[in-house]
Amino acid sequence: MTTNIATAPSRLRRPIRLADPVFKLTTLTFALAIASLVVLIVIVMASDSTLTFRKFGFSFIWREVWDPVREDFGALPFIYGTTVSSLISLVIAVPLSIGVAVFLVEHAPRALSTTISFLVQLLAAIPSVVYGLWGIFVLAPLLRDSVYPRLQSALGFLPLFRGTPNGLGLLTAGIILSIMIVPIITAVTTDVMRAVPRAQPEAALALGATKWEATRIVIQNARSGITGAVILGLGRAVGETMAVTMVIGNRPQISTSLLDPSFTIASAIANEFTEATSEVYRHALVELGLILFVITFIINAMARLLVWSVTRGHGKVAHV
Amino acid sequence: MTLLTGLFAALAITALIVILGYIAVTGVRELNLSFLVNEPKPVGEPGSGIANAIVGTVILIAIASVIGLPIGILGGLYLAEFGSNRFGNAMRFLIDTLTGVPSIVVGVFVWGMMVRPMRHFSALAGGVSLAIIMLPIVARTTEEMIRLVPHSMREAALALGAPVWRMSLGVVLRAAAGGVATGAMLAIARIAGETAPLLFTALSYNYISTDINQPIASLTYQIYYYAGSPYDQWHAMAWAATLVLVGLILTINLVVRVLARQRYQ
Repeated sequence: MTTNIATAPSRLRRPIRLADPVFKLTTLTFALAIASLVVLIVIVMASDSTLTFRKFGFSFIWREVWDPVREDFGALPFIYGTTVSSLISLVIAVPLSIGVAVFLVEHAPRALSTTISFLVQLLAAIPSVVYGLWGIFVLAPLLRDSVYPRLQSALGFLPLFRGTPNGLGLLTAGIILSIMIVPIITAVTTDVMRAVPRAQPEAALALGATKWEATRIVIQNARSGITGAVILGLGRAVGETMAVTMVIGNRPQISTSLLDPSFTIASAIANEFTEATSEVYRHALVELGLILFVITFIINAMARLLVWSVTRGHGKVAHV
Repeated sequence: MTLLTGLFAALAITALIVILGYIAVTGVRELNLSFLVNEPKPVGEPGSGIANAIVGTVILIAIASVIGLPIGILGGLYLAEFGSNRFGNAMRFLIDTLTGVPSIVVGVFVWGMMVRPMRHFSALAGGVSLAIIMLPIVARTTEEMIRLVPHSMREAALALGAPVWRMSLGVVLRAAAGGVATGAMLAIARIAGETAPLLFTALSYNYISTDINQPIASLTYQIYYYAGSPYDQWHAMAWAATLVLVGLILTINLVVRVLARQRYQ
């Protein structure tokens, strides 16, 4: 729309004018450069993983071995670790984040609401490596000494909680991740709940609904957006590297126990990339990266569509 | 219900306070002037410091900003001023996707693009990978800020005979400058805390270095390295370095918030 206003008068005044087209072209080049990075990432990573792709094909995804010495590689242990640790983080973070969002939108007075949401967003400003440091030296020992023994004595009969935990493992990683994704789920949920027309809960209240019933109507109206928020959080958890690398124990195994060490795609790359001695080994790691990229791409595209379907035409959406 | 949801909010904030409090209390023990101005020394020797990492982080942020800010801001300008069509939406989608790309993947990408052809790790490669993380954030916040500029200002500029480029840069971008700057600062705060993309691009270096063609240290890499070591002294240094890093990042966040609030009042 700007272009219409812009081009009309300039054509009237001076027939030949280079500055404006050059300006438009320059900014376009920059915008295109950013947008095309995604495509470039795929191309570079695909060409850097041809060796393993030729050797294993798609079976790379479900093969369970990871043996750099024999140059025998499969992604399944890492996909398993990534999936389970992310799911644990969602189980903890989703109810918490929705609770915080409901408090911010429906209950807290305006001034308190802005302060709290700022503080919750500060959790997202803390670097991943700092969460990792805190995880190793504070959270993991605490869980190992006082939480996991109790968990085992209560629920030890379940295969999920077997083994002798040393504090580093899937559950610890999931807990750290949950703290890290609370801000993003809270922010997006708050935005989509604010985008629901106020007439909805007010009509419910006028008909005699309780405050909680009115809130449920807001949540129901925003549910696809909230789903989007949850999926965005999942995307974060899946791609999170440093904190997970530092607390998950880094062992490529598939174990039913959540207290056992594991490995995620991101942490495998972080841990082994500079140590990869052979070309095939490195290609295997890059292919892991490509798998991670594809997973996060699908997750993010889905989330954005869902959030957009709720908030379009309703002003600001959190920057994520 | 108010009580329960309020409890959840309190829980989230407690997590923040517990983590920040622990960093402050543990980090401050090792923090002193010599820690900030000395280079690292072998384990056991007193007077070891993280000056190399502080200098390195500053240089990495500078490289990333030199690349990321102009491209990001002008790219965002395009999206806001000319991008209200299907083509603009497609670019916006790709840029948003870039925001969601895990930072470790960016590291692998830059390794393949720069480190392998150049055959060595370098501060430049590290700066480029941080710039890639910065770009989508800067572009999208710039776009949003520029869209807030009232249309009448554009029309006034054009009515006075300004060409489009002068209207965009001199009037619109200038009016949005405050918002664009806060977006840029938040992006800098974000990349200051990145580790994963530096692991195999900038790597690390044990001495103060300003050569962008050589590996360079960073606060985040140093924290990761010290945390994984078996020495108590290095663990203490990791906490102190964390205090420096988190202090820097939180300061930027607080300043941005204060500035933003002043502007809206």
